[in-house]
Amino acid sequence: MGFWRRAAPGSDERGCKGPLPLARVQGQRPWRSARRGLAALALLILLPLHAHAVGNPADMLPDPVQEERARNLGRDIRCMVCQNQSIEDSEVGLARDLRLIVRERITAGDSDADIKQFLHARYGDFVLLKPPFAWNTAVLWATPVVAVLCGLGLILVMRRRAAQAHAAPPPLTEEERRRLAALGLPPDRDGTRA
Amino acid sequence: MTPFARRALLFTPFALAAMGGAGFYGMLQGMKTGEYNPRGVPSALIGRPPPDFTLPALEDAGVPAFGSAELRNLSGPVLVNFWASWCVPCIIEHPQLMRLQRDGVPVLGIAYKDRPADSLRFLRQHGNPFRMLAKDEPGRVAIDWGVYGVPETYLLDRQGLIRWRFAGPITQEVLDQDIRPLLRRWA
Repeated sequence: MGFWRRAAPGSDERGCKGPLPLARVQGQRPWRSARRGLAALALLILLPLHAHAVGNPADMLPDPVQEERARNLGRDIRCMVCQNQSIEDSEVGLARDLRLIVRERITAGDSDADIKQFLHARYGDFVLLKPPFAWNTAVLWATPVVAVLCGLGLILVMRRRAAQAHAAPPPLTEEERRRLAALGLPPDRDGTRA
Repeated sequence: MTPFARRALLFTPFALAAMGGAGFYGMLQGMKTGEYNPRGVPSALIGRPPPDFTLPALEDAGVPAFGSAELRNLSGPVLVNFWASWCVPCIIEHPQLMRLQRDGVPVLGIAYKDRPADSLRFLRQHGNPFRMLAKDEPGRVAIDWGVYGVPETYLLDRQGLIRWRFAGPITQEVLDQDIRPLLRRWA
């Protein structure tokens, strides 16, 4: 990945492709190399959008459908060395070995589940970026559900309390109306205070 | 809501934060003393026999190769150590492996993704602690064991079942606090 050390092909006003003589870039027009640097920076920023898989293109399967399957599968497999990357994203040697194993097994006709099982038998739950549901991962999986349920419960309780606070008082009884009338105060039609 | 419940509810967030803080402190202390390793991963092979494998010997090392056949009926616990000459922590753990060898503990080595000439040079320079030594240049057998880096050490009991796996260099502390008690336990 040393492409930014080279001028972009065809960018030379002479129509030359390939690297420019260093003296030209450095000596004559410094603003040019600065602009080139900016262009390289822009390319670098764009790079992650395209660099889905690292590594040697020779490692890819000739069949694009199988290669796509291998990539999708590889994105679910954790690189045990980098630990927060999938084997498709990691440049570590072990990740490459695992990428190759995934591709070998796909060529051999294994299903995705077979391949995951193969890796799981060797590296345990941790190798799967989406861990299986089991007794020891129950807390992990249940946490979001429990959090949502707690939130819903809280909302329910608060709404009920708010409704109680705003609830209309019960209508005046016959006794209360008589007492109001005796005091000379007009009772409202539905009994609420105006 | 009773006043007591109200007060309890007020203190709940503080209690949760205190618990979290205590847990975090424990983790940091563990990291300092080496008891807790946040990147440590338990082996999937604990309590199981090692995978079936045969590997070639490292020529001129003067010790035989071994495979899963040699790990079946053992006379006592053995250590299987994955190492490489290019691995710096392997130099750190080497004196401890030499000490184990002097104490008569069988230490079996697998050279992982290493050039044989480099492996030999390493052993000539630092000494050979291995009773048997195989080489895994493609690194595929190591994957079958669940190795994710070197050095990595496995302890097998006399039935040949994997009882313990340690990822990282065997320091004096690991030797004294883990390996020696485990060797006694599975003797």
